[in-house]
Amino acid sequence: MTGQATRQEAAQRALAGLPPSAAVWCSGLHKRYRRRTAVDGVSFTVERGEVMGLLGPNGAGKTSVIKMLLGLVRPDAGEVLLLGRPARDPYARARVGYLPELFRYQPWLTAAEVLALHVRLAGVAVPAGERQEGLAAVGLGDRAGDRVGGFSKGMQQRLGLAVALVARPELVILDEPTSALDPLGRADVRDLLLSLKARGVAVLLNSHLIGEVERVCDRVVILDKGRVAAAGTLPELLGQRELRLRLDRVGPEARARLAAAGRLTRGGDAYTVTLPAELDDAAVPDLVADLVGLGVRVHAVEPGRISLEERLLDILRTGPSEERS
Amino acid sequence: MTARTVLTIAALTLQEAARRKVLRSLALLTFALLGLSAWGFTRLDAEFGGLTSGEARLAASAVLNLVMFGLSLIAALGTAFLAGPTLAGETESGIALAMLARPVRRSAVLLGKWLGLVTFGSGYVVLAGLAQLLIVRVTMGYWPPRPVTGLALLAAQTAVLLTLGLLLSTVVSPMASGVVPVGLFGATWIAGVVGAVGDALGNSGVARVGTVSRMLLPTDGLWRGAMNAFQDPSVLAQFGVAFEGHPFLSETGLTPAYVGWAALWVALVFGLAALAFQRRDL
Repeated sequence: MTGQATRQEAAQRALAGLPPSAAVWCSGLHKRYRRRTAVDGVSFTVERGEVMGLLGPNGAGKTSVIKMLLGLVRPDAGEVLLLGRPARDPYARARVGYLPELFRYQPWLTAAEVLALHVRLAGVAVPAGERQEGLAAVGLGDRAGDRVGGFSKGMQQRLGLAVALVARPELVILDEPTSALDPLGRADVRDLLLSLKARGVAVLLNSHLIGEVERVCDRVVILDKGRVAAAGTLPELLGQRELRLRLDRVGPEARARLAAAGRLTRGGDAYTVTLPAELDDAAVPDLVADLVGLGVRVHAVEPGRISLEERLLDILRTGPSEERS
Repeated sequence: MTARTVLTIAALTLQEAARRKVLRSLALLTFALLGLSAWGFTRLDAEFGGLTSGEARLAASAVLNLVMFGLSLIAALGTAFLAGPTLAGETESGIALAMLARPVRRSAVLLGKWLGLVTFGSGYVVLAGLAQLLIVRVTMGYWPPRPVTGLALLAAQTAVLLTLGLLLSTVVSPMASGVVPVGLFGATWIAGVVGAVGDALGNSGVARVGTVSRMLLPTDGLWRGAMNAFQDPSVLAQFGVAFEGHPFLSETGLTPAYVGWAALWVALVFGLAALAFQRRDL
């Protein structure tokens, strides 16, 4: 008996020493609707406390992937673990919050009652005060007693956010969380995402608003035609940097020097050099010093970053490239 | 976890029924029917004061069953139009998405819905039926021989119909899942009447129509059992031959085997509904 207890303790210690399992782990997800393949071998991981963006054009399979993670759609093949548990087990969703793309809540209930219902279904005890704070956090603090039937679309989406966050989730899945919100609401959601990130809550964010994704996400998965077209951290995906220069008296030698630094494009006296990602910090000052040495007159040197939007369009137009990671 | 889900959803379903217009329209219809029947029964008593006690019982039994049929029709319409849209409508509108993403089993959610609807339907039938029995008692001085059995069978009839509505709502649109059970309810009732006429005429082929339809959808069989429990047993003994095949009098009560079949039918249809709902992509 004591031996068994000791062994159990040892096992527990060993388990406690392991890093916590990923918030989301999915592998080889496939889904066909009749003859159309919606999702074709999607695999990715969302680590604990990480904010991951899911990007892609309409019909890329983003919502289908999200629904498969949550057990709302049955995958034809593939496996899903949520917070370390197989998603077939409903308990896996005990600490998961979800805002659907199609957000609707019982119109005959009040906002406070909708939250109370979801708390009961989640099986956690959340005091009324905390639920009220949750409503206040999405700007519905003074509408707690009003029926949802009278809410505007934007207010329903705000309520949906409160519902997703009410049961103290460790993973939050947000499908287009700002589709019905005004610019102020979008800023609120951004703040909310940043506060989740600060609290170590993992977030899977599907959004068309690339600026939003770029500002809050640690990593991005880009889906196209049901496949992962690219995945990686933002620096990995946006690795390329640009250097925009305004120069005159550029001789052939100077031009060769510019071309040696990276891919060169020219329009009048404006030169753009696309620099490789692994360039060291001295490269730009060295280039400028060399150009001056070659008799070039330098009017402006402006470093630029490729935006996620440019990168996304590039990936979607050229198709999945070897940049997959 | 499962029991909590079932009870939470059952309570939610009752809350929905109470807050939506279904309850108000149901109450209005019921009051209209009860009021009309009260008026009818007092007139019956006043106009035909010279009825023999046997005739009065016969009239009371037949009219009581007619009104009870009205009540069961209201209950059928009410629950079918609540059962269908509640699930199909929720999956269509997206309300189900947020709820089913919680740590709940779909079968538990479905069982909760069923429990809520059965409570609602049975509660309605028992209350309205009891009011009707009291009205007959006050106006005609008639009290049925087995009121509890009758009301229980009426409640069971409602449960059968809403289970069918729930099954349909997992596979077809909200409107269809409300309309089809009510249509089938009417069709089996007519098949039951046809079968009774066949019985009266001694035509076994026609009689079989009623038997088969009663097996396929037990609403009519349960309804005939309820009628039998509400009517005076001496009436048929007295007027037997003349009233064979009467749509609002029933000659025989229910066998336990049939009640068992009805229970099994409900379990089977619910199982099918749970299976269909489990496999459904939302």
